[in-house]
Order: sequence, then structure tokens, then C-alpha cells
Amino acid sequence: MESRPTAYLSTSGGTKMITESLLAPGHRGCAGCGASLAAKFILEGAGRDCIVCGPTGCLEVFTTPYPESAWRVPYIHSLFENPAAVASGIETALAAQGNTHTKVLVIAGDGSTFDIGIRSISGAFERGHNLTYVCYDNEAYMNTGIQRSASTPYDASTTTSPSGTVSYGNPFAKKDMPAILVAHGSPYVATASIAYPKDVIRKIKTATETEGPTYVQIHVSCCTGWYFDSSLGIEVVRLAVETALYPIFEFVNGELGKVHKIRQKPVEEYLRIQKRFAHLFKDESGSDEIAKIQAIADENVRKYGLVRN
Amino acid sequence: MPEKCHKDDSGGEMTGKLKSGRQVVEGSYAVAHAVAMCRPDVISAYPITPQTHIVEDLSQFVADGAIDSKYINVESEFSALSALVGASAAGARTYSATTSQGLALMHEVVFNMAGMRLPAVMTIVNRSMSAPINIWNDHQDSIAERDSGWIQLYVEDVQELVDTTVQAYLIAEDQEVSLPVMVCMDGFILSHVFEPVDLLDQKAVDEFLPPFKPVSILNPEDPKSFGMFVDPEYYMDFRYLVEQAMDQSRSKIGDAARSFESAFGRYYGDLIDTYQTDGAEIILVAMGSLVGTLRDVVDDLRSKGVPVGLLKIRAFRPFPADEIAEAIAGAKVVCVLDKNISLGTGEGAVFTEIKASLYNNGIRVPVIGFVIGLGGRDIPVGTVQQIVSNAEDVIKHGIEADSIFVDLRRH
Ligand SMILES: Cc1ncc(C[n+]2csc(CCOP(=O)(O)OP(=O)(O)O)c2C)c(N)n1
Ligand code: SF4
Ligand SMILES: [Mg+2]
Repeated sequence: MESRPTAYLSTSGGTKMITESLLAPGHRGCAGCGASLAAKFILEGAGRDCIVCGPTGCLEVFTTPYPESAWRVPYIHSLFENPAAVASGIETALAAQGNTHTKVLVIAGDGSTFDIGIRSISGAFERGHNLTYVCYDNEAYMNTGIQRSASTPYDASTTTSPSGTVSYGNPFAKKDMPAILVAHGSPYVATASIAYPKDVIRKIKTATETEGPTYVQIHVSCCTGWYFDSSLGIEVVRLAVETALYPIFEFVNGELGKVHKIRQKPVEEYLRIQKRFAHLFKDESGSDEIAKIQAIADENVRKYGLVRN
Repeated sequence: MPEKCHKDDSGGEMTGKLKSGRQVVEGSYAVAHAVAMCRPDVISAYPITPQTHIVEDLSQFVADGAIDSKYINVESEFSALSALVGASAAGARTYSATTSQGLALMHEVVFNMAGMRLPAVMTIVNRSMSAPINIWNDHQDSIAERDSGWIQLYVEDVQELVDTTVQAYLIAEDQEVSLPVMVCMDGFILSHVFEPVDLLDQKAVDEFLPPFKPVSILNPEDPKSFGMFVDPEYYMDFRYLVEQAMDQSRSKIGDAARSFESAFGRYYGDLIDTYQTDGAEIILVAMGSLVGTLRDVVDDLRSKGVPVGLLKIRAFRPFPADEIAEAIAGAKVVCVLDKNISLGTGEGAVFTEIKASLYNNGIRVPVIGFVIGLGGRDIPVGTVQQIVSNAEDVIKHGIEADSIFVDLRRH
């Protein structure tokens, strides 16, 4: 196993090296894939003594092309909609073996999490397994070609919610998955963004060190599915936070805890650089829709107290 | 339809205290007891008629501290088997039980678990498939999973169920097999019957069944990836390996049956079992509890000089093609009784597979199929006698109809 530096964290506090990435380089993700960065940060937070369970999706496909695997921790993929149940089984087996130190993580896409796998997640959280469920949220079914999920934001154009002459794209609001898991009584629910790696690592550390089922939802950019220049991968998710479209917060024992404060930027700055929202800028008529998206952001500001006073 | 509250045989409150020795118990209790003796680390199941009493009994054993197993109270059968995928990959001995709609809900995981070569034992309390919804017995549910890579063993009575459950772990966990096993028992007919049963002794089972030693497990000290993405360059070879493991299991099933016999003194046959087939002109073929009825009919007819014999299929997967061919080669007609139908073929799966396996063996015994007892329709002795006289007609006049729906109300 290599121990030379394989990833770097450039944060406002300076540069810190991840000296031994537990996700090997050389996987088959798109250049600039946000999910692959998230996986590195997640493993940095969780440490070597963990077992990862992943559903079908981009991350699974590009990290495990037989006979190669990018995972330097034990990894299991079973199906698209069952990682929370598989992880429940792993955690229970470890408990039966008297192993109280190994951490059990799910790292799953938004489609698996928000849609098809929610039954298993609800069961696992209600039963209180000691596991951390991490959703890397690229806001659509990327692996199968950018179809809409319940996490796709309002008005985003996807291949199953395309914009057209009588459509502005996805007609539904993003499902509030963190609230659903807070309602399950999870002791720790947090959102994060790969724009803030230290925050991701800290939250994963907190989540994995907290007893019981914990949830971290990480906004990850997907240049292929959102249609933007891959050099802007970090910029774009940072703008999602700064426009209040992706609020960063944590709920500890059901109470809103630390919130990432912002100087709120207009949503247009975020929308304009991604082709999934390009139809909103074609002509005048898009401005009403942009106003609706601004209202979503403003509601987030109000709900989570995002803006510094 | 409300399900009846489960009471134990004494008519009192259900109790999880483990009984021992020879007892009159419900079939469900007997299987739960056998499972307990196998010391599974993780049990995960979801209730569905007629499987419920098994999981209720196991839950009570856990609640009473009578067994050490962890019981995961899942929210669906889909998660029940998914949890076992994780548990088995982490090195645990695992158990589940289901039937019908529950098994169908597991379908995707059923294939997945076998493909990942993760051993487990699951009791299938055989029940029909909806629609129309019906809670009674036939074999449609497990037959629908025949291509999944699970070994399928069918049992005739409660004692065989108990004994086969223990053998199933030995077979599943054999490193040359490493496949999950379904032990299939007839819903209600076996699950809800009270019979005298020899409950197994813990010490004896411990001696018979060594602890689970998995081929490889999820272990941070030796990280491995499970369930990887496999492209056309390798996929087919993985599927071939599952078939090879199935093939390996042929001898292991027989070995387990024989070593069980030397330890416990009971034997139910290898992949198949035969009864009165020597000199038999007519051979009846069946799986499950129906075999018991057929035994009585065979005894009766033999006493009247009718040369009839019986072939019981214990293992439907792996399919015992050679054993069946050998057993029926000398007969004049073979009658296959199927408690399932492969819709669109007009016949049951066992019938189709037996015919297919004879062709290249050069055996040209006429084979006729009977679709029978679907959704719990009773199979009285008279019906079986009718089948035998049907077979006698075939010997005299040749095959008129090769697949017959037995005791239909309307034609
Ligand atoms: C039961 C089932 N339905 C559909 C699919 C096809 N499928 C595979 S991955 C995927 C989308 C994955 O989306 P997400 O979870 O968001 O992960 P991403 O690929 O975006 O990283 C779909 C629809 C499947 N594998 N299994
Ligand atoms: S499609 Fe998106 S999520 Fe998938 S590998 Fe490419 S960038 Fe990553
Ligand atoms: Mg996605």
C-alpha cells in the first residue's frame, strides 16, 4: 500500500496533505468528478478501520472495475436499493463477533438514497444501527445518463425532466432528506459540500464517532451531468452554498447546531454557469422561474439562519 | 384475514424455552428449534403467512436468552435478505425464512447473494403466488427462483425438515460450495402440523456442524472488494463458477445426508430417494409433503399387485438429471406431479426438466405431467389412484395428453 501523498486539501486555512488516501488514484471517474473527491474525504474522516457499503451508481462502477478496485478499505456492493440493509447486516455481524471498533459506512448516491433505497434507510435508522450513512449528492441518476431523482433541484433539466417548449425542466422541489432522518431520531444529521473539505472530514469523523445511525449528505459536482467546464468543479458547488441553494448545517440530537454562514449571492450566479439551467436564460420568460428559485434560496436563509448579521 | 394467535402445543402462552428430546411440536417450532441448534449469528426475517410461527418462535428464543443469535427486525423481506448479504460477507452464520410474496420481493437479492457466493440457509414455507391472492401451499414461489444459484432442498415431513436444516448449513458453508440453500417445506401442511419429532441435541449438532469458516470476509486488516462491476470479459466466467459450485454441491448433499445418518441415525436419500422402484412399471415423481401421500398409495397398490414405485426429488437444485434417468430407465411410464406451473408451457417445471434430461440419455420412457394441488387444493388418495390408472392407460394405448391439470373445476 502506497503512503505517498495522493490528494491535497486546499482550504482557506492553507494546504494540508492527505498522506495516505484510502481511495487509490487511477479509478475510472470523469476528470473532475466531485463524487471521487468526496469518497477520499469521507475515508479520511472515517479512517482505515471501517467497512464501506455502496449501492449501484457512478462511484461503485468507476471504483470497482473487476479485477481492479480503488478501495483500500473493505468494500461491498450488493444492489441499488439496499445498502442501508446490507450495512445493518454488517453492523449486526460485527456486534455478534464482539467487534466494537470497526466503523460501518454507507456511501451512496442521491438516487439510491432519496428514491429507491429509502425503505431500507428508514428501517436501518428506526432500528438504530450503529452506522454512518453518507449520501454523495450529485442531484440526479448520473450512472444511467442523468435522469431526474427526488434530489434534482427545481427546474434542472435532466434526461427525464428535460426542458422543452412547454417545460422548464424538473417541476418538483428537492426532497428534504436530512429532515426525514432527523425525524427518525438520528443523533447526528449534517450536510456538507466538497467545496469545504475540512468540514466534510470533520463531519464524517463526528458522524462515525457518534453512537447510532448518523447521516451526512455531501453536495458533489458532476461536470458531466450538470454541464459545466470541469475546471469549475469546486467553484460551482461553492456557489451553491453561497447562494443558499445548498445550506450547510448540522442537527445534533434533533436540534439545529452549527450552520455555515454566508454572504448571500444571487442564485443567478450559480445557475448561469451550468447548462442544466441554461433554458432559464434563453429569454425573458425565464426570469419568473429564476425568481422562484431565488425564493427557495431565501427560504433556506430564513429556515437555517444562513446569513451573517 | 386475521391470523390466529400462536399458542404452543400445550395450549398455553407461547414460550421460548427450548424443548428437547422427542416431542409433539408444531412444524414451525421444529424448524425454529433446528435453526437454534445451528447457532446462527444473525437472523433476519419478515413475517408472512404461513412462515410467521417460525420467526415468532425464534424471536421468543432470542427474547428469552435461549439463543445468542442477533435478530434484525427488518421492514421488509427485501431488507431481510439484504441484511444477510452484509452479515454473511462479514463472516456471520445467517438465517432467514419466507414464502410466496416475500420471496418474490427478495428476488433481486436472491440472485445477488448466490452470485456473491455468500452462504446462508433460508426456510421457504412454500405458498402460491398472487394473483389471485391465496395463502395455501404449492411450490410456485421457490420454483420461480430455480435459476438463481440457490441450492433447493424439498422435505417430506417435519423430521426431515429438522434434519435437512442442519445438513443445509454443512452444505452451504462447505468452501467448495459456498452457496446459499433454500430448505423448502410445504406451507400449513408441514408448518402448522403437530407431529412427534426428535428435536436435536445441542452437543450432537455442535459435533456435526463445525463453526462457519468463510472463504473471505470484509476485514479492515485485509481489505477486499465484494460485488464488483464485471464486464463481458469476465462476467460469463463468474456465472460458470457458480454452476461449478452447484455441481460440487451434488456430492456434498449426499455426503451431508450420510454423515447425518451416522451421527443421528436418520437418512432421507441423496439428491433423490426411491421407494419400491424395483420392478416398477409406473413411477410417480414428486417433491415435498405429497411424497408422504404417494407412499401410502404405492403401498396400497403394491399390495394389490400394481407395479408402481415412487421417486422423491430432495434436491431440485442442483437438478439430479442422471440420478432420475437411472431410477426410471426400467419403467414403462413416469408420472410427474408438479405443484407449480410454468405459465405458457402448459406444464410444471419438474416435468419439463425431467423430459429434457432424458432426451440425450437416450431414455424413451413415456413421461406425463400432472399439474396438481395449486393454491392448496387438496390431493386426496383417490386423485392419486386416478393418476395411476391414467398411467396404466398410457402403457396400453400410448400418450393421449402429456400434461394434465388435475381436479379442475372447469375445463
Ligand atoms: C433496481 C434497479 N433499478 C434501476 C437500476 C439502474 N440504475 C443503476 S445506477 C442508477 C442511478 C444511480 O443514481 P445515484 O444513486 O444518484 O448515483 P450516481 O450514479 O448519480 O452517482 C440507476 C437508475 C438498478 N441498477 N437497479
Ligand atoms: S458522471 Fe458525474 S458522478 Fe459520474 S463519474 Fe462523471 S462526474 Fe462523476
Ligand atoms: Mg446521483
